[in-house]
Amino acid sequence: MPNTPAAIERHTIAVIVDNEPGVLARVIGLFSGRGYNIESLTVAETDAAKHQSRITIVTTGTPMVIEQIKAQLDRLVPVHRVSDLTQEGAHVARELALVKVISKGNERVEALRIADIFRAKAIDSTIGSFVFEITGSGEKIDAFVNLMVPLGLAEVSRTGIVAIARGETRM
Amino acid sequence: MVRVPKLPLFREDPKMSTAPDAKLAQDTAPLSGAEIVLKALAEQGVDVIFGYPGGAVLPIYDALFQQNSVRHILVRAEAGAVHAAEGYARSTGKVGVVLVTSGPGATNAVTGLVDALMDSIPLVCLAGQVPTHLIGNDAFQEADTTGITRPATKHNYLVKDVKNLSKTIHEAFHVARSGRPGPVVIDLPKDVLMAKTEYAPAPAKAHPTYAPRTEPDPKAIAQAVDLMLGAKRPILYTGGGIVNSGPDASAALIELAHLTGFPTTSTLMGLGAMPAADPLFLGMLGMHGTYEANLTMHGCDVMVNLGARFDDRVTGRLNAFSPNSKKIHADIDPSSINKNVRVDVPVVGDAGKIVRAMIAEWKRRVSAGAKPDKKALADWWTQIEQWRKRDCLAYMRSTDIVKPQYALERLQALTAHRDDVYISTEVGQHQMWAAQFMKFQKPNRWMTSGGLGTMGYGLPAAMGVQIAHPDALCIDVAGEASILMNIQELSTIVQYRLPVKTFILNNQYMGMVRQWQELLHGSRYSESYMDALPDFVKLAEAFGCVGLRATKVSEVDDVIKEMIAVKRPVVVDMCVDQKENCFPMIPSGAAHNEMILGPSDKQPGTGGASNGKGPISEEGMVLV
Repeated sequence: MPNTPAAIERHTIAVIVDNEPGVLARVIGLFSGRGYNIESLTVAETDAAKHQSRITIVTTGTPMVIEQIKAQLDRLVPVHRVSDLTQEGAHVARELALVKVISKGNERVEALRIADIFRAKAIDSTIGSFVFEITGSGEKIDAFVNLMVPLGLAEVSRTGIVAIARGETRM
Repeated sequence: MVRVPKLPLFREDPKMSTAPDAKLAQDTAPLSGAEIVLKALAEQGVDVIFGYPGGAVLPIYDALFQQNSVRHILVRAEAGAVHAAEGYARSTGKVGVVLVTSGPGATNAVTGLVDALMDSIPLVCLAGQVPTHLIGNDAFQEADTTGITRPATKHNYLVKDVKNLSKTIHEAFHVARSGRPGPVVIDLPKDVLMAKTEYAPAPAKAHPTYAPRTEPDPKAIAQAVDLMLGAKRPILYTGGGIVNSGPDASAALIELAHLTGFPTTSTLMGLGAMPAADPLFLGMLGMHGTYEANLTMHGCDVMVNLGARFDDRVTGRLNAFSPNSKKIHADIDPSSINKNVRVDVPVVGDAGKIVRAMIAEWKRRVSAGAKPDKKALADWWTQIEQWRKRDCLAYMRSTDIVKPQYALERLQALTAHRDDVYISTEVGQHQMWAAQFMKFQKPNRWMTSGGLGTMGYGLPAAMGVQIAHPDALCIDVAGEASILMNIQELSTIVQYRLPVKTFILNNQYMGMVRQWQELLHGSRYSESYMDALPDFVKLAEAFGCVGLRATKVSEVDDVIKEMIAVKRPVVVDMCVDQKENCFPMIPSGAAHNEMILGPSDKQPGTGGASNGKGPISEEGMVLV
C-alpha cells in the first residue's frame, strides 16, 4: 500500500446504543484508546421504552480512519446501529448554545441587536446581563460568540452537534 | 548430568469426580447468586474453572464445595489462572473460565485478559466485587473492575441485581465465543452472590444486538475467486482465524490449497492449520518467518489472507508490503478490514465458511470452463523452490556447546512420532525458534502469546492444556527469563499431578532483548543479562518436579528422552549458547525483501537479503 497522505475529512456519526451504565465510557474509551479525534459528542436517551440512547459524534480523520471508527463502534456489544450521516446523504445538524453577556449601555444594546439578527432569544435578563439561547450550525454559533467577545461575553455553554438524515430515511 | 529426586507426596484432589450433582440439576427452589453461577456454568458445558479464592468470592467457593459438576483448579496467582484458561481454550476450542476475587484478584487478571483479547481467545472471567452498597467507597479490596477491564475485554458486565445474573452469564458466554472470540468479565458483588432468586436457563433466541456475520457474501466470494483464477503468483496467507473456526476450517484450507496448488504460509497464530509437512506449506511468515514465505509474500500478485490481521510483525514496513499484489482479506471482524493494509476484496465472515465457499466457487468456475494459469503457477513454484534452497533456518552447528536450534530440532525429532504433542511457549527468542523448528501437523497444538507477547504465558498455558488433555505430552518451551514470571505455577502442576514438561532454553540472557541491543544499540547489553539465576534443577526439586540438565550436545537426547519417559512434571535446564541470534529477521522498519539471514548463510545477498548486519534505519529503531 503506498503511503500517500490522505485528506482529513470531518464526519458526523450517529450511534444507537442500549442505555446502560458504562456505554458512554466504552465509546469514549474507544476513541481515546485508539487515538481518534472527537470534535463533539452528544448523548441522551431517545427511546425510553426500549432503553435506547442516541450518540452523535463529530470526528475527523482520513477516510481509512473514519471507516475504522465506524467498524470499531459497530462491534461494541451494546451498539445497535452506526450511521455515517456525512457519507449517507443529506442531513441536518444543529447545535444549541447558552451565551452569557455582561455589559452596560451601548454594548448591552448592541448585544441585544445582534442577538435579534441571529435569532437568538434572551432567556434570562438582569440589569447587567443577558443569557441568550441560540440554535444553529456550529459555524453560526462560532460567529455569534465571536461577535459577543467585545460586547461583554462572560460564559458559553454548548451542547455539541445533534444531527439527523433529511427526508424519509431513518436509522 | 541427570538428577531425579525422590517422588514427592501428592495431596489428594477432592474435586476429581465429574458426576453431575443431582441437587443442583433438579432444584427449582430459589437459589443463591453463587449457586446460580455454578448452575449457569454447568449449563454452558463448563467442566473446569481456574481460580483463586478471596473474601468477595467466598460464596462461590462455598457453592463449589457442595457440587461436583464443575472442577476447580487452584492456581498460585491469578495471572496463571487466566493463561491456564487460555491454554485450555486454545487446545479445545471451548470457552476458558476463570474465577478471581475482587481488587487485586481482578487486577492480577488484567494482563491475561488483554492477552486473550489480542489473540482472540474465548474466556469468561468471573470476578468478585465488594457488596453493591460499598461500591465507590474505597472499600477493602475494592477496584473499579469494569472500568479497568473495559479496554482489556471484548465486553464486561457488573451485575447489580441477582435477577439479571443467569441472563448475564449466558450472554457472556455467547459474546465470548461468537464472532471474533475474546475475553468477557462479569463483576459479581458479594451481596448479589448471597441474594436468592430463581434460575433462568440459557435463552434459545439470539442476542438482540450482538449477532456477528459468519456467512460470507456470495458476491465477495465471486470477486475473490475471480482474482484467484487469474493469479500468476498467488499465496494463501492464513492466520488464527482458521484455528478459531475449528478443525473443519483447517481441513477446508488443506483442500483449497491442493485444489488451487497455491503456496501457503501462516502467521504465528495460525501454525498447525496447514500441516508443516505439506509440500505447499512455506513455513511461518513475518519478522522471524522463512525466507521463502516472506519473498513469496513480497513478490505475489494475488494475496489471499484467510483469518489473519496484517499485524506489524507480519507486514514489516507498510509502504513496501507486497507492493504489486491484489489483496483478498477474509476476516470475521469488519474492523480488521482496511485497518493496516488497504485491501481490494474484503470478505466478512467465518474463515472456515469462507474457505468452503471459495472451494465451491472455484470448482463451479473450473467446471464451467475457467482455466487457472498453470504455466505461471509452475514458474512461480520454480522461483519459490529456489528461495527454499537457501535453507534460511540453517545455523552454525557445534559438537560441544548446545545451540538452541539444535535442542529444538532434537525435541521435534524425538516427539515427531506422537500425535498428542502440545507446545506452549513464553515470549522471546525461544518462542520464535519453537515456531520455526517445531513442526505442527494439526491445529490447536500450539499455544503462544502472539499479539501481546506476554512473558510468563507458557507454563500456566501448558497447565491448562494438560488439564484438558490429561494423557497428552504438554511441553512449555521456555526461556530462563520468561519462566521466572509465572514459576509459581509449578506448585499447581504438582498439586494436580500434571506431567507438564518445562523445557528451558537457558542462555542466561533475555535473548531477544540482547539480540536487539546487539543489532540496534551497539552491543550495549543494558540490563539484559540475568545475573543470579536460580539453579533450575534444585528449583524443580523444591517444587516436587523432576529437574534435568544438559550442558553439552552429547547430553541433549538423553535428557529429552528422560523428560518424556518420566510420567511426572519435569523441568529441563537446557544450557544453550549465550550468543545465538534468531534468524532470519526482518529488522523493524524494513520490508520483506530486506531480511537478514544468519551467519551460516553462504550466498551473496540475492533478493535483497543480507547476512550479519542489516539495514536498520533510524525510522526503524523507533518501532518495536
